Amino acid sequence: MGKITLKFNDKEVQGESGMTVLEVARSGGLYIPTLCAEPDLKPYGGCRLCLVEIEKMRGLLTACTTPARDGMIVKLDTPYVQRIRRQVVELIVSDHPSDCLMCPRDPHCPRFNVCLRDDVVSPRCVVCPRNGTCELQQIVEFVGLKEMRYRLAHRETDLDTSNHFFYRDHDKCILCTRCVRVCEEVQGVAAIDLGYRGRHARIVTALDGPLAGSNCESCGQCMARCPVGAIVVKNYRGEPQREVKTVCPYCGVGCSLYLQIKDEKIIGVRGDRAGAANRGSLCVKGQFGHEFVNHADRLTTPLIKKNGEFVEADWHEAIELVATKLVENRGKFAGLSSAKCTNEENYLFQKFARGVMGTNNVDHCART
Amino acid sequence: MTNPIGDLEEAGCLFVIGSNTTEAHPVAAIRIKRAVKERGAKLIVANPKRITLAKLADVWLRQRPGTDVALLNGLAKIILDEGLADEEFIKERTEDFDAWKASLAEFTPENVSRITGVPVADLYRAARLYAQPKHNGSSIVYAMGITQHHTGTDNVFAVANLAMVTGNIGKTGAGVNPLRGQNNVQGACDMGCLPDVFTGYQKVNNAEAGAKFQQAWGVELPETPGLTMPEMIGAAHAGQIRAMYIMGENPVLSEPDANHVVNTLKQLDFLVVQDIFLTETARLANVVLPGVSFAEKDGTFTNTERRVQLVRKALEPIGDSMPDWQIICALARAISRKLGLAAQQFEFASPAAIMDELARLTPSYGGISHARLEEVDSLQWPCPDASHPGTPILHVGKFSRGLGKFTPLKFKSPAEMPDEVYPLVLTTGRKLYHYHTGTMTRRVAGLESLAPEERVEINPVDAEELDVCSGDFVKIASRRGEVTARAAVTDRTPIGVVFMTFHYAESAANILTNTALDPMSKMPEVKVCAVRVERIAGTLAGASAGGSRIGLS
Repeated sequence: MGKITLKFNDKEVQGESGMTVLEVARSGGLYIPTLCAEPDLKPYGGCRLCLVEIEKMRGLLTACTTPARDGMIVKLDTPYVQRIRRQVVELIVSDHPSDCLMCPRDPHCPRFNVCLRDDVVSPRCVVCPRNGTCELQQIVEFVGLKEMRYRLAHRETDLDTSNHFFYRDHDKCILCTRCVRVCEEVQGVAAIDLGYRGRHARIVTALDGPLAGSNCESCGQCMARCPVGAIVVKNYRGEPQREVKTVCPYCGVGCSLYLQIKDEKIIGVRGDRAGAANRGSLCVKGQFGHEFVNHADRLTTPLIKKNGEFVEADWHEAIELVATKLVENRGKFAGLSSAKCTNEENYLFQKFARGVMGTNNVDHCART
Repeated sequence: MTNPIGDLEEAGCLFVIGSNTTEAHPVAAIRIKRAVKERGAKLIVANPKRITLAKLADVWLRQRPGTDVALLNGLAKIILDEGLADEEFIKERTEDFDAWKASLAEFTPENVSRITGVPVADLYRAARLYAQPKHNGSSIVYAMGITQHHTGTDNVFAVANLAMVTGNIGKTGAGVNPLRGQNNVQGACDMGCLPDVFTGYQKVNNAEAGAKFQQAWGVELPETPGLTMPEMIGAAHAGQIRAMYIMGENPVLSEPDANHVVNTLKQLDFLVVQDIFLTETARLANVVLPGVSFAEKDGTFTNTERRVQLVRKALEPIGDSMPDWQIICALARAISRKLGLAAQQFEFASPAAIMDELARLTPSYGGISHARLEEVDSLQWPCPDASHPGTPILHVGKFSRGLGKFTPLKFKSPAEMPDEVYPLVLTTGRKLYHYHTGTMTRRVAGLESLAPEERVEINPVDAEELDVCSGDFVKIASRRGEVTARAAVTDRTPIGVVFMTFHYAESAANILTNTALDPMSKMPEVKVCAVRVERIAGTLAGASAGGSRIGLS
């Protein structure tokens, strides 16, 4: 692995041989717009947004698929690049429901506002859950697209709502295939692929049936990668107010994840791309299995059984009763700790059993 | 695991035995799939069930349940006979090789094939692939399919022998890699929640360790090892244990011979259960203490690759519930006061302070603190001091015990074999959409709708004999009890074997399973027991489940 140096406009950036032009640019903190490129997916060259000019090379090249070589001089925003890139964005937007994209009122429109410019109710950005976090919106803003020269040719809207956790809206799909590639390259499931041709092209399952009937494992990583509102969680509850980094409570792999919190409830989960064990991946339980935390069945107060029925009690009463009973049975006591609890709690539990109850009768469910 | 999860991708050959990785450890399975698809690694799968990974495998060994020692010894013998062993590694780093080699004499490919049901040619192919990885090394991945047998310890020794004879220890892409089933089962073991060890596996009957903890905790400590969970159940049944404190566990569903567990817990004078839901076990309690979920407390979990990571509080405790560490402290202080012990032993400002105390007493966690984890994200133990970077790969250059010990093993049949009354073998496992006893996942509507009920997997050949088809209700009976569930007729499960999960309280597989224990680990043999299956008369396939009548003329 040798060091190489590339020049982007007037800035020199060092990279390693084997990197693509896009990777070197990103490592130097430079922005090249992309919709299909993802750091951990193979270069695809599908969205054509990362076009650049490179001295001594012919025409425009996609930075995401061009191997970087020492001494390359890359032009990121010549008038030619800008013109063609704007046209590419225009083509992507041409069949995307985007009535708001070029509307000057867009920043002022709250969700569900009736649009006075629109004589029929049409799918618009302001009613899309990804409004504001949509990568296509950001790109449109970046390239400065102000008007559309092409007629919008919407594909027929057919939502695939068969999955229990998310739905797919083909109408909003821009065919970047991030979902296809993450499903195959990262998760190794390959439930979906690009089907049909031309303007009929869309993401399909085998035999184009509903997702629920395919080999999809509902891990939701397609949803996590979708740059637009084409794959969206069902019962969307808005953007999180904060995210807290923690560890998945299910199996022993220890996936690092962010809990997304709104109004003191978990509304979503985001895999941590920096997580050593999972590198951003999650399974269906890690991605969607956290509803139990706020479940109505949660125990909220100590319970004491009186005459065969549980009666609510306060902490003082419960602790005193347990303490009395355990003191009575000291010497005839055993404790089971928990593989679900933290290290600190398990440490305390055995310290309690050994130091206070005076017994080594302490174990947990390591065998089941 | 001796090697990190990420290391699975570096392996030139992966040998997955006793693990349905895509269902039970899906994100670890991603690495295995990537190693095979993207890096060209070879994959050997040994599993009686045709698991998803079997489709990807170069060789799939469909051994009979409970014949793993024979299978692994057989592979080792072929490797030795073909001259594929790593002579240098054996000479430099191991002991007792000759005795072990002699013990393999009876495990000829033909004998092994007869015991395991695996064709001789497949044994040769697997042995050659494992002994000659394309790059780096060969990695063995296993889970409860290896350990949950009355010969579980033997199975693990057999795995270790195989890794040592090929020198696949202490290097990238190799190793012996058990996948632990629960988020912090590794941590609970590390923390000494086992009857014979303090934290970091320091023996309770070791005078030095005992003295250290006595001094730190300021109390006299018992020196004799205590009872394991299955032994506790036995002792409680015999009246020697009269009170139990169960935190965050649901043994009524997770332990074998569930009826016996329930009856025993009912006999106790006093049972206190600490949990977040009123589980099947909590219902039997005299007092239930409401703990909190992982989202409502700070602390650390240690994953299967020994990686310690921070758990951070995202929500306030729900209702009047309290973080489990605070409950233990409150209870410990209350009892300490009654007994005249020092209650300040259980005064902690935060979980970080608890970690500081345990790190002082635990060499392998010596360099781990919450402050450091905030900085470096995660650390893999052993991490003896604050400047130590952690240990991704174990046994590099030298085994922790010095030399690697080869252990001669005999093949022993499962404790309960099928007979005329109970002609089928029941084996148990997990499915992707649920987790353990379902306390958490069965309260997630989406997961529950994906897998709402138990489906007993029966091979079409057995199904035809039993006049059972997919969707039928069947009764599954063993010597210990019986349950009902719907059948799923599939050749994923081999002839003579039925498969159930243990996620469903209404069809609790552990009512049936066997309590025969491994003598060393006290692991119950829940992977093999003899059962009888019969169709419950009057239920027609498809009537309510939309199943089809396959396997019937």
